[in-house]
Amino acid sequence: MTASLFDAPSSPSPATPSPFDALPLICSNCGARFEPEPSAICSSCLGPLVPEYDPHRTLPDRDTIAHRAPSLWRYREWLPFAGTPTLSPDSGFTPLLEAPALARRLGVARLWIKNDAVSHPTLSFKDRVVSTAINAARAFSLDVIGCASTGNLANAVAAHAARAGLDAWIFIPHDLEPAKVMGTSVYAPKLVRVRGTYDDVNRLCAQVADSFGWGLVNVNLRAYYGEGSKTMAFEIIEQLGWRAPTAIVAPMAGGALVTKLHRGLREFSDAGLYDGPLPRLHGAQAEGCAPIVRLVERGGGRLEPEIPSTVARSLAIGNPADGLTAARAITETNGWAAAVSDVELVAGIRLLAETTGIFAETAGGVTTAAAVRLAAAGRLRPDDEVVLCITGNGLKTLDAIADSLPEAPVIAPRLSAVAALVDASAR
Amino acid sequence: MPLTISLPSILARLADGNRALDASGATVAEAVADVTRRFPSLAPRLVDEHGEPYPFVTYYLNDEDIRFAGGFGATVRDGDELTIVSAVAGG
Repeated sequence: MTASLFDAPSSPSPATPSPFDALPLICSNCGARFEPEPSAICSSCLGPLVPEYDPHRTLPDRDTIAHRAPSLWRYREWLPFAGTPTLSPDSGFTPLLEAPALARRLGVARLWIKNDAVSHPTLSFKDRVVSTAINAARAFSLDVIGCASTGNLANAVAAHAARAGLDAWIFIPHDLEPAKVMGTSVYAPKLVRVRGTYDDVNRLCAQVADSFGWGLVNVNLRAYYGEGSKTMAFEIIEQLGWRAPTAIVAPMAGGALVTKLHRGLREFSDAGLYDGPLPRLHGAQAEGCAPIVRLVERGGGRLEPEIPSTVARSLAIGNPADGLTAARAITETNGWAAAVSDVELVAGIRLLAETTGIFAETAGGVTTAAAVRLAAAGRLRPDDEVVLCITGNGLKTLDAIADSLPEAPVIAPRLSAVAALVDASAR
Repeated sequence: MPLTISLPSILARLADGNRALDASGATVAEAVADVTRRFPSLAPRLVDEHGEPYPFVTYYLNDEDIRFAGGFGATVRDGDELTIVSAVAGG
């Protein structure tokens, strides 16, 4: 891998690699500062750590960014490293597609799909966060990475580790969808199925990270991992022509995506890369696991954990680590949150597919169905320009929709049989 | 009632390096109070100024999140294990 992969194709390769370091950390709760390290917890108050950026660093303008290679690293000044990353150079910069038919169905002025269902290489937005986490692992000379996962992160960690030549230990709930299990196993990681929910896996991984010296991307590398999510906000702004939509709808599991969308939108606004107000952030969860939605509806500052029961396995986190900050991002931007039933989310998958040609996994069905609810409740308005964040590919969760689709007719290889079907469909 | 409290390494240094502490009490609150009496510097890390757990720290009593089991008022028995972990991001 050479540095040129991160620059415009015409850029020359440097003769020697530039120094590469992770940024120092600061506690978002008490403000204590720490040297760069594979730790996500403040030793003073146990609050979450985040990277500390130099406020005086030189930032690129629109034109400079636009001439860089089409990956998330085109926004590297807002990612938590000094120097040129060496791993996972080509994730991000997924399509932003206008969807007029879905806009009409929702009754909004314009609507776009931010389509991470085609993210490289593992078809979910987790490629973004693993891209930053694995470079943090490299900065700390860690030979083993891993994660606690509901499926998409397992796919991404396994794939990115395979490419980088790192060992991977991946922990998942024992009853994940087969496509997500196979989509991880194929990269030959150490894959471990844990009896229990994601929250049980989560707790185990907190202890594993504390005991084995590995880089668990969403545990002790979490401060660097989460920053990758901001790039979805950066891309939306750039792909809309350096302007913001009026509303964004995004799925919520641990709450990190909405939190980081908010942060990314503020960072680009602060940098003068777009004008106008921040978009309203709307969060989406399944009714069977909606602790963040209920916190937004209830108000206050204490999240009540839930025991998940939904087919939207990628969102089934009953004790979301970033739930409070996600709820705060939603209320600060005058957004709202909606929970949808499993029946509605399946209908959401089909509505998205039939109106946009995009096949999303269950989380995308939740996002689409939540947008329908938000529009019906007047939270999305006729003059709104809306972006839906679709974070994973439908081929990973085929079981969720199998029973809802009509069975295709079987016919003899005769023109008359087709004619009969055409007649029937015209009636 | 004797039970074991398992600490993350970041807190163990405040308990003479012990990752596992014996504690006594009839409830989680009493057990936590027992160890904070012996290791006072642990107190502000385990509970906030109202004596409640922080939102980003989770207590598990024998694998169960105590928020599903009565919170700090949950009853503990001989041989129970109380595990303290910080919150983890989504997956």
